[in-house]
Amino acid sequence: MTAPTTNASTETADLPSDAPPIPEGSTMVTVKIERYNPEVDDDLHWESYRIPALPSDRVLNLLHYIKWYIDGTLTFRRSCAHGVCGSDAMRINGVNRLACKVLMKDMFAKKGETTITVEPIKGLPVEKDLLVNMEPFFEAYKAIKPYLVATGNDPTRERIQSVAERERFDDTTKCILCAACTTSCPVYWSEGSYFGPAAIVNAHRFIFDSRDEAAEERLDILNDIDGVWRCRTTFNCTDACPRGIQVTKAIQEVKRALMFRRR
Amino acid sequence: MTTTEAPLSVDKPRSPARPAARRSNFELYSWIFMRLSGVVLLFLVLGHLLIMLFLDGGVHRINFAFVAGRWASPFWQFWDLTMLWLAGLHGGNGLRTVINDYSRSDRTRFWLKMLLYCSIVLTVVLGTYVLFTFDPNIS
Repeated sequence: MTAPTTNASTETADLPSDAPPIPEGSTMVTVKIERYNPEVDDDLHWESYRIPALPSDRVLNLLHYIKWYIDGTLTFRRSCAHGVCGSDAMRINGVNRLACKVLMKDMFAKKGETTITVEPIKGLPVEKDLLVNMEPFFEAYKAIKPYLVATGNDPTRERIQSVAERERFDDTTKCILCAACTTSCPVYWSEGSYFGPAAIVNAHRFIFDSRDEAAEERLDILNDIDGVWRCRTTFNCTDACPRGIQVTKAIQEVKRALMFRRR
Repeated sequence: MTTTEAPLSVDKPRSPARPAARRSNFELYSWIFMRLSGVVLLFLVLGHLLIMLFLDGGVHRINFAFVAGRWASPFWQFWDLTMLWLAGLHGGNGLRTVINDYSRSDRTRFWLKMLLYCSIVLTVVLGTYVLFTFDPNIS
């Protein structure tokens, strides 16, 4: 038995002996991962792994394969693995995606060997491999007061809302806080403290909620130098959102609300 | 085994991490100004280029007398003055956002912006001064 390959090699030529048998219909693909171990590495560096992939596999399955059978030190977040928890946002082939929502059948090269690059999401400090420090992201999220603010006595009945009133902010209720949009934004990558698309989406969700009473306060927060006016409408956020939220549209709606102070 | 230096818990989790909103509409107005001045500049600049470069022999006929003749009319004085102010402020504000986005430290950001503001004031003030004090009979 050969010893399991560690991260010492940059190209894993042979699969480890304890790996499961290669399933029928699978193709060998190269997964290039930008890795960083703060305990040994000085900087980020690329490592490649040649592993089998089925068309029905998701990129997350490939990462699992590498972690379980080739290099157990590979670090990444994932929880539900079904596109709901928002843990496994990463840069796959240069675009922000949830690893659990990208199917391999869409990734195979038309000709020749398939190579998939996987990087941590940009703009947040990398802690280890694909794991980033999400604190700056959640700091911006908390700053826009992402909760219902209502004054007066609590009503004895439900806070009734019409179908149209609910529809007004329906799109922005879908956010799962995966940070794919915020870390795809070129303005967010730069130094500074731009709130970022995700925080604005979650502000939108309450600004346009008829039951909420703190819209003015949130609009004031987003009217400042790091708010919505830094958005350059590059639409990276809309392309990145795994939930299909029209992020740029939501930001523009906040701008319009600020201009006319009317919702 | 070594440990990373990252803290295990967030320091003072309930203290506000960013300053309170300043309730200033400056960014809003500068955003609207960019859109409006952009539309106006489209006509002013394209008209200017058309007159200066293409009509009536274009660039070859431009000399002191041509400029003096144009500025004898308040219409062209007003045209050039509007173009100077809008282009100066539009371009300056655009560069301000570029500096805000790209400079890495607060000190670089501050000094680049100071340099920018000085050059805007110099260009706009000097241009306005020339437009109003232009003497066609200068020897």
